[in-house]
Amino acid sequence: MSVSQPLPHDAAPLHVTGAARYIDDIPTPAGTLHLAFGLSGIARGRVTAMDLGAVRSAPGVHAVLTAADLPFANDVSPSAHDEPLLSDGQVHYLGQPLFLVVADSHLAARRAARLGKVSHAEEPPLLTIDQALAANSRFEDGPRIWTMGEPDAALTAAPKVLTGRIEMGGQEHFYLEGQAALVLPQEGGDMLVHSSTQHPTEIQHKVAEALGLAMHAVRVEVRRMGGGFGGKESQGNALAVACAVAARLTGKPCKMRYDRDDDMMVTGKRHDFRIDYRVGHDADGRILAIDFTQYARCGWALDLSLPVADRAMLHSDNAYHIPAMRITSHRLRTNTQSATAFRGFGGPQGMLGIERVLDHLAHATGLDPVEVRRRNYYADAAVPGRAAPEPSSSRARAFGSGTGGSSTFGGAHSPRPSVQTTHYAMPVTDFVLGALTDRLLQGADYQARRAAIAEWNRTSPILKRGLGFSPVKFGISFTLTHLNQAGALVHVYQDGSIHLNHGGTEMGQGLFQKVAQVAADRFGVATDQIRITATDTAKVPNTSATAASSGADLNGLAVQAACDTIRGRIAACQATLHQQPADQVRFAEGRVTVGKVEMSFAEAASLAYQNRVSLSATGFYKTPDLDWDRISGRGRPFYYFAYGAAVTEVVIDTLTGENRILRADILHDAGQSLNPALDIGQIEGAYVQGAGWLTTEELVWDDKGRLRTHAPSTYKIPACSDRPAVFNVALWDAPNRVETVYRSKAVGEPPLMHGISALLALSDAVAACGPNYPALDAPATPERILAAIRKVRG
Amino acid sequence: MEIAFLLNGETIRLGSSPTRTLLDYLREDRRLTGTKEGCNEGDCGACTVTVDDGSGPKAMNACILFLPQLHGKSVRTVEGFGGAGANHPVQDALVRLHGSQCGFCTPGFVASMVAGHAQGRTDHDDVLAGNLCRCTGDAPIVRAAEATEGAPLPGWIAADQAARPATDPAPFAPETVDELARWYAANPDATLVAGATDIGLWVTKGLRDLPKVAFLNRCRDLQEIVVGADSIRVGAGVTVNALRAALTDLMPSYAGMLRRYGSEQVRNAATIGGNIANGSPIGDNPPALIALGATLHLRHGQKRRHLPIEQFFIDYGKQDRAPGELVEAITMPRTAPMLRCYKLSKRFDQDISAVCGCFNLHVEGGKVTSARIAFGGMAGTPRRAANVEASLVGKEWTEATVRAALPAFAQDFTPMSDMRASAAYRLQTAQNLLLRYFADLAGTETSVLEVQA
Repeated sequence: MSVSQPLPHDAAPLHVTGAARYIDDIPTPAGTLHLAFGLSGIARGRVTAMDLGAVRSAPGVHAVLTAADLPFANDVSPSAHDEPLLSDGQVHYLGQPLFLVVADSHLAARRAARLGKVSHAEEPPLLTIDQALAANSRFEDGPRIWTMGEPDAALTAAPKVLTGRIEMGGQEHFYLEGQAALVLPQEGGDMLVHSSTQHPTEIQHKVAEALGLAMHAVRVEVRRMGGGFGGKESQGNALAVACAVAARLTGKPCKMRYDRDDDMMVTGKRHDFRIDYRVGHDADGRILAIDFTQYARCGWALDLSLPVADRAMLHSDNAYHIPAMRITSHRLRTNTQSATAFRGFGGPQGMLGIERVLDHLAHATGLDPVEVRRRNYYADAAVPGRAAPEPSSSRARAFGSGTGGSSTFGGAHSPRPSVQTTHYAMPVTDFVLGALTDRLLQGADYQARRAAIAEWNRTSPILKRGLGFSPVKFGISFTLTHLNQAGALVHVYQDGSIHLNHGGTEMGQGLFQKVAQVAADRFGVATDQIRITATDTAKVPNTSATAASSGADLNGLAVQAACDTIRGRIAACQATLHQQPADQVRFAEGRVTVGKVEMSFAEAASLAYQNRVSLSATGFYKTPDLDWDRISGRGRPFYYFAYGAAVTEVVIDTLTGENRILRADILHDAGQSLNPALDIGQIEGAYVQGAGWLTTEELVWDDKGRLRTHAPSTYKIPACSDRPAVFNVALWDAPNRVETVYRSKAVGEPPLMHGISALLALSDAVAACGPNYPALDAPATPERILAAIRKVRG
Repeated sequence: MEIAFLLNGETIRLGSSPTRTLLDYLREDRRLTGTKEGCNEGDCGACTVTVDDGSGPKAMNACILFLPQLHGKSVRTVEGFGGAGANHPVQDALVRLHGSQCGFCTPGFVASMVAGHAQGRTDHDDVLAGNLCRCTGDAPIVRAAEATEGAPLPGWIAADQAARPATDPAPFAPETVDELARWYAANPDATLVAGATDIGLWVTKGLRDLPKVAFLNRCRDLQEIVVGADSIRVGAGVTVNALRAALTDLMPSYAGMLRRYGSEQVRNAATIGGNIANGSPIGDNPPALIALGATLHLRHGQKRRHLPIEQFFIDYGKQDRAPGELVEAITMPRTAPMLRCYKLSKRFDQDISAVCGCFNLHVEGGKVTSARIAFGGMAGTPRRAANVEASLVGKEWTEATVRAALPAFAQDFTPMSDMRASAAYRLQTAQNLLLRYFADLAGTETSVLEVQA
């Protein structure tokens, strides 16, 4: 059976030999032109004059375009039509594209783009949360507010009240392959677009709009991305549209890729947030009410900021049942890059807000940070048919990485009977964190290590260690409900080979391999009989972005449906030929068996063809049971939750703030994994990326609004030695309670938030330096850690 | 410039502009698109290839490697690491152990791993510090590197070394210091390119033309390290990795700091002469050399002069170097048991220092008899902490003495704030590094890098 096998990524043999093609590797026809944007050097104001004479006369330049030269829509926004491809005269951030150079080569375009002479009427930019608040510069007419219960009354009545604030920085995606697009003009004005995008349909839509074409005249193909992480959900629009417009103008193929510095100056990043909290609690550390105020710095255009900020609100409870809660969410408009989707999509920010609360609460009450969390957890859901979760015999797998690995799962956590609901009124019916925490702490030897670390700290004057624990409960589904749909197209050829296509895109996460394993399982063949083909808007239309961790859930079931249609036809054909009931036809191990007759899958396919049976089918899937009203903040936005928890150990230097992650233990719920190797790869990578967000990755803008960290020389994502030296990752391998593809769970985003345990561990280490609460902000650079140590010592 | 080199076993002879990068040549002219452009500034490693000058394959960043630097060498790219139909063992291990996800960084990792494997390296974190992976968290990549330790060497390494093309002396690439000094004195407006880890960015990011260039990497006599009875003389063309190797036993703290200088790829290209001559206030070698009391040897034609290295750095962007005068070598003491070099940065590996502090005291009979303390990142030049030194010399070497000296830092330095750190952090940690130095010498555990879970 191919499903659940830890098979390597389907393209790994191509990756390691350099044969895997990305946009810039696609052979281009002679005469292909190359594009570059001329960028704004100020953050806010009006362009009063643009002298582009030197640009036009620069060597190799074919054309220079401004907004006035665009034939149709000047808009690359994914949402509110507020994002011109080229400035309409207003400048909204430093790095905004003002004009477009079309030249012989990438280098010629880049050189020419620097020769524009732009005059501005400069205005003082709004760069910070405080500046935006003071100017009431925001998206939507006011803050979005959700209330559950009676938070004010509960806060008044609470025995104790804790207040605080956390600031958390944004994050650059730093996909290794920068944004890129290649557009090849076709006959009759049609366009073939190769784009490094998570959202081919949106590229198709925006290119069609920009050219005044119907969507059927534009075909978008995506074989793979060199990383996406949300940064290619909407940010590729500008390049594809620019290439299409230039291709229409010149009649030649046009390619654009951002130089890394341009990529970081132009494109959006993770939203930075400030979160204020007032927490009412009792002496036992039980939270009675919370009043959160979230401030999201959205940048200059709307992009996806509303659903991002919504998801931050939705994850403000994380794993905790909080009887009364109000969340006030400010979506602030600033003269900076337009913040966009990034793995977790607001969830990490909301979750860090509540985890800060729990950390602060543990410090205030003197309770162990895990204990205070347990006291506030939602109740574990009852396990059908038994009192406590145990590994099932046939499906149980022990698949671990690193030095610890996994063993069996389960525990003696007694489930409570009543169903609790979230602060948006969704029943939590699949909670497993009680038992999962037991198992994780046992494997991580938490209690003994906590004692050992306290002892070590007592005798170490300069270095201090810390231990951090954080759980994750992450909601799975697009909160814009209609996006929860997917399509697939499957062909079986006469030789039994299978061509597979679906609307999901491959950005490294292994989606193609997982879906191929599903298809192989439906037909009972090996995965090498499946050819996974590039995502193509001409094969599967009207697709959603590969985002929200939904890729395998949605596309896996769409592919399953298509495969089952064809399998049903082959079975019916065999049933007729061999006078057997169709449900007695078996597909397994590359063979098709009907009663006493057995043949290869290829023979069965060939027979079906000869009997004039269609061997091509589409499949479609839509997520059931969703019902969500984002204005009132009530309903069921998610089909289910994915869970996990992590323990991280760190050491800090109290003289410099330098710090290391020493060990991480993670237990993560990927349901019944479709491919445990790929899932563990997602978890390891997400943890390191999440820890990077909260430690070394610092975005710095100067007071003119210029991003000063616009290259890897100044923006530091984790390097090899930054991963935990001891890194134990295991899967909580229990079937999803709701019907998903093979009862698996989405795994792309949820494990990113295990990185929060690293920040909490740093906070714990800082707390070892003195009596006060560290209130450590993120990213916890050496400088912030040193400042927190000073605060703790008082 | 007419150059010759071996590319994946094939002899290439071509005329090149001085600043055509190997990466652009591979991708655009040769359609060898396995080697990727990730950042175009030598910081991500996606463009890593191996270059062999006869001493074995070394990892280099192709994006800031100018074609003339390859004259007479052999190059392998990701397309050339396997044999016919067979992968290099690191390639198979990466597949088997799930070391690639999006795959874009993978060819560069493969190149670094191939070079590390050929050198018998097991310090994988250092070998791979110059390769960024955003997907995997690096753990499976290191597992693949570990799994490949000791595997047989591919045959092409020896074959390439035998087949490197013979090269005639080329005017743009002098073979001796004498020749170089003569040429540079006559062409003082030229740019000297050693490793191009800095100058490369003038071209790839600054989009500058460099009309007149000489490449130094064929000057063998500029690459000598002479360890004498009392001193070490290091030629300006010595790479940082070669210097690191030479100092590992003699000056472990300095060598330990160099472990974190740039990355493997950068250290294989960058030279000590370049790190001094560019006058950067945040280069990591100058503070160590100042603390050591090193002597700088400059040469203009046949004329040589020698000066204490701290005198070379006059002001930001201004050095004591005449047009046409070149950095020829540096001489430092053979040992400095009290030397400690501390580098502070947001990320440990491959990051530019926010502060680099180097301390070298002599203590006799419990008293400080001399002090040389130098910092990078604290001023417009690498600079001594003269007031701090003065407040230590002649005193008992005690924590009280150290604490009494801390206020003097503010007299010595008025650092700036930038994206790496604030002025306040710089000043505070400069002081704290003196505290660290005291604790370090006293045997207290001070390095988070030495702690294990």
